[in-house]
Amino acid sequence: MTTETIPAKRSMWTIVPQLLVRALSAPAVGPLVALILTMAFFSLKTDRFLQAQNLSLVLQQVMVVGVLAIGQTLVILTAGIDLSVGTVMAFGQIVMTKLAVANGVPAIPALLLGILTCVGFGMLNGGLVTIVRLPAFIVTLGTLNIAFALTHIVSNDLTFSPLPSALLFFGRTFTIAGADFTYGVVLMLVLYAIAWYGLSQTAWGRHVYAVGDNREAARLTGINTQRVLFGVYTIAGLTYGIAAMLLVARTELGDPNAGQTTENLDSITAVVLGGTSLFGGRGTVIGTLIGATIVGVFRNGLTLIGVQVIYQYLVTGILVILAVSVDQLAHRRQR
Amino acid sequence: MSTPTPILQARGIVKRFGHVVALNGADFDLNPGEITAIIGDNGAGKSTLIKTLSGAIQPDDGEILLDGEHVRFRSPLDARRVGIETVYQDLAVAPSLDIAENIFLGRELQYRGSIGRLFRTLDKRMMRREASRHFSELRIGIPSVGQAVENLSGGQRQGVAVARASAWGRRLVIMDEPTAALGVKETRQVLDLILRVRERGLPVILISHDMPHVFELADRIQIMRLGKRVAVVTPQTHSMSEAVAIMTGATPGELERVLGKDEG
Repeated sequence: MTTETIPAKRSMWTIVPQLLVRALSAPAVGPLVALILTMAFFSLKTDRFLQAQNLSLVLQQVMVVGVLAIGQTLVILTAGIDLSVGTVMAFGQIVMTKLAVANGVPAIPALLLGILTCVGFGMLNGGLVTIVRLPAFIVTLGTLNIAFALTHIVSNDLTFSPLPSALLFFGRTFTIAGADFTYGVVLMLVLYAIAWYGLSQTAWGRHVYAVGDNREAARLTGINTQRVLFGVYTIAGLTYGIAAMLLVARTELGDPNAGQTTENLDSITAVVLGGTSLFGGRGTVIGTLIGATIVGVFRNGLTLIGVQVIYQYLVTGILVILAVSVDQLAHRRQR
Repeated sequence: MSTPTPILQARGIVKRFGHVVALNGADFDLNPGEITAIIGDNGAGKSTLIKTLSGAIQPDDGEILLDGEHVRFRSPLDARRVGIETVYQDLAVAPSLDIAENIFLGRELQYRGSIGRLFRTLDKRMMRREASRHFSELRIGIPSVGQAVENLSGGQRQGVAVARASAWGRRLVIMDEPTAALGVKETRQVLDLILRVRERGLPVILISHDMPHVFELADRIQIMRLGKRVAVVTPQTHSMSEAVAIMTGATPGELERVLGKDEG
């Protein structure tokens, strides 16, 4: 067969450009086309859509769902699902703002405790899925309600403000070419880069895919599938904590009613629109980033052209069912 | 018949599941460079025996010797660590990963440099090169090792599983009904592949229900009945119908008779 000679030594510096090429040729082309079509549609409907100011607003709106969707992607890649994303984030947000505003805890420890709370929920989800071996759907439906209840109990249905400036850092903006970007958007992109690297360039990433693809085969090759699953839910919890931090920075208050309805479905919609299969083992985070942007563009565009919020729910509902149907049909052809 | 030192020996293996005695003092021998088939009726203890040899279950009594040394497998991982690989009938591959990734699943190669180690970067090129080397050695026809396994036929997928087992199996490979899920043509491909694994000097334990295949491939055939080895025959000394007669108990096996004399 092949008779290529083995090059003496390959450094990281020849690998990096190759990695870039491969990233660009990733199977996220379909979602990208969908994004461009969506943007074209709204820019024809209203002049305001393509304005730099509006596009930077879209990015800020994408920021929170985008970070949640990283965790959701990991979970869905293992053939699981996490319904607790939105309420876990909401609870994390209440923990960090209440500690900072009402309990006089310094900003950074308050922030870390809020994030740790979300990590704890991730570990609870992961522990129930791996040790007790419950289906992810039921586990996260349970933790959804637990986090929801705790959000209202702990907050006593009060909002928390004004927040110390450290909690608002990721909401601050800087300007490039007339468009405002928040540091939160930068953080989101960094997190996507890390997730892309972990999933596509490390053994851990291969194991995540294998666990979702054929768990028994993964186990037989010696992969500790339980540890991979537990790790995935824990990391997902971490992303919800970071999303809580970004939400606080954007809204500038701790709100018990924040992030409980739209974020849940939006994170799943982003993952599925991004081409990740609900059956596990297939998908990319680059696709998810595009999917999250599609969701953000839809919400923003529908608002711009004057569609009432309740109809936006209608559209997102239809959108996610369409995307899942495409996934189902593709899956049926493959097997 | 010359008797070289067996690479794998099992002596007096006993395994009970509640009141059911699945293995009742079963023996087994595998010689270097040979294909040894295990046949037996349903419930004769074939799969229980094979699971004790691959580490999937732990025997209640008896001993396993690998190259003359006692070994004890607490899990399939233990068996794999000493170079025993198993191919399962149900195509144990990850379809969405590519061929090279499947070959190296759980044993991925990372870049050796300090940066590669720090970031745990996969050396995908090295894995692909190694994988295609295994495939060319086994003469498995696949377009590219970078192809996703889901695009392969059932026979090619099992080819991936066999290539993985023979790539990592330093001592021996266990094939548990490797063609049970395949069509006629694909079965042929996998049978040829098993012969090529032996050509490379790797001994094979083959479990199959298909008598013609067993008689075509095996150097030795171990016949099991009621949780014991009752005979070891070769395709040269016994016909298929004679083997079946021993299997069903119509004719007593040679070892059975010896055992009977000892006990009586």
